[in-house]
Amino acid sequence: MYQKNHWQPSADIITLKKRAALFSKIRHFFDKKNIMEVDTQMLSLASISDPHIEALTLSTNVQGEPIPYYLQTSPEFAMKRLLCAGSGCIYQLGKVFRAEDRSRRHSIEFTMLEWYRVGLDHWQLMDEIEQLLNVLMEGQPVKCERQSYQAAFEDVLSINPHTVALTTLQQMAHEHTGYGLEEMDRDTLLELLFSHVIEKKIGLELPCFVHSYPASQAALAQKITQDGKLVAARFELYWKGMELANGYYELTDSIEQGKRFSDDVSQRKQLQLPNRQVDERLIAALEQGLPNCSGVALGVDRLLMLLCNIEHIDQVIPFAGDRA
Amino acid sequence: MANHSTSDMRTGAKVMVDGDPCTVLENEHVRPGKGQAFNRIKLRNLKTGRVWERTFKSGDSLEGADVMETDMEYLYTDGEFYHFMATDGTFEQHGADATAVADTVKWLKEQEKYMITLYNGAPLSVTPPNFIELEVTETDPGLKGDTANGGSKPATLSTGAVVRVPLFINIGEVLRVDTRTGEYVSRATGK
Repeated sequence: MYQKNHWQPSADIITLKKRAALFSKIRHFFDKKNIMEVDTQMLSLASISDPHIEALTLSTNVQGEPIPYYLQTSPEFAMKRLLCAGSGCIYQLGKVFRAEDRSRRHSIEFTMLEWYRVGLDHWQLMDEIEQLLNVLMEGQPVKCERQSYQAAFEDVLSINPHTVALTTLQQMAHEHTGYGLEEMDRDTLLELLFSHVIEKKIGLELPCFVHSYPASQAALAQKITQDGKLVAARFELYWKGMELANGYYELTDSIEQGKRFSDDVSQRKQLQLPNRQVDERLIAALEQGLPNCSGVALGVDRLLMLLCNIEHIDQVIPFAGDRA
Repeated sequence: MANHSTSDMRTGAKVMVDGDPCTVLENEHVRPGKGQAFNRIKLRNLKTGRVWERTFKSGDSLEGADVMETDMEYLYTDGEFYHFMATDGTFEQHGADATAVADTVKWLKEQEKYMITLYNGAPLSVTPPNFIELEVTETDPGLKGDTANGGSKPATLSTGAVVRVPLFINIGEVLRVDTRTGEYVSRATGK
């Protein structure tokens, strides 16, 4: 794995100049809006509850005691604690880590832009993301499409994801991917169809916001009633086959948040995944009160790939993969 | 055989899928949205040669296939089996049937080395060397005054393969041929 002659960067200098310009434009965008930049700790004594994201851990001695730390998978909890402490609107541009296999679109260490807007709902935040894309794309006006999760499924697969029978989902997933006949989890099947079939068909020319996810896929978003059914106030931004951003009208209810944490923890147990210290300080902060806000995380390396027409994430990161 | 986990299956791994031995061509990690991770694996069925993609849950495991690739020298055919001998000094012999030899039959030359894929100890497929030198047994006589950049004509080689060759090639000449494309490369450099 470690080779002495692999000293050169995995991205060329021209791309790194574009990377620097991207950072600078992002900061300028938020400065103009008077949104404060924060840089929360990458190392935390607690982590996220999410059953499908694995955190990197390390251990170090503090006054002779071995203390385990988690590398942040996203700055979300720390930023929400700042919001509860009265920070007002904030943004962060920094490194996050996920113990996930490398691929064309994923690096273990990557750069995330995350921001929170007090008083805005997720629809208004989508407008702001579009505004940011227009600043970053320089002169080529970008108009984002918007489509509900249900409409995306209806258009591409002619099924209603909220009401379709489990057996139909199983057969469909199997037909498109070779997997699914024994899968009993609706969300897994829906996600599989979304990533294998729908992702390739949306946001091909213009970026596309997919919104109003099933309530069961709310993560940390509020659940709201829309057209008589409960959906998650969550959106994802897709562009040219890539998932670029994930945003929520944030859940502020500490009791509901605690319940979601414990659901995640029991799911992790069921999947025989290692136990993690969940950040209960987030619950304590929510008890104090999170202002009404929306937040989004955007993958900066992926955005740079799209801006430069680059196929592999390693080519937009100074020292990626086996050159790290 | 050991099991392989889909999450760390490398290119070239040999695994059993639907009862057939397959080789892994590509393995891409896919994580839709916030959910369960999957691996999209591109496979070649070693029996049929069919290439296809299939998705597995990350962390599921597949049974390893008892597949070995070994260099062997072609000896002769008895009409039913094609006999090969190991080149590693063991003199071990294997008979491959017509299904295993498949299209390679038209490149079989005695004393030439082939890559034999053994599955559960029996030949499953036979891969010819990329380049092979064979004698022309039939072709129209060379035409007078033609040039090297002129047309071409079919020539039958000693193994039965038919390739297109330049007009100046004659019966009895030995040619270097690319077995992957079935194309004439050059006259063989004298042996």
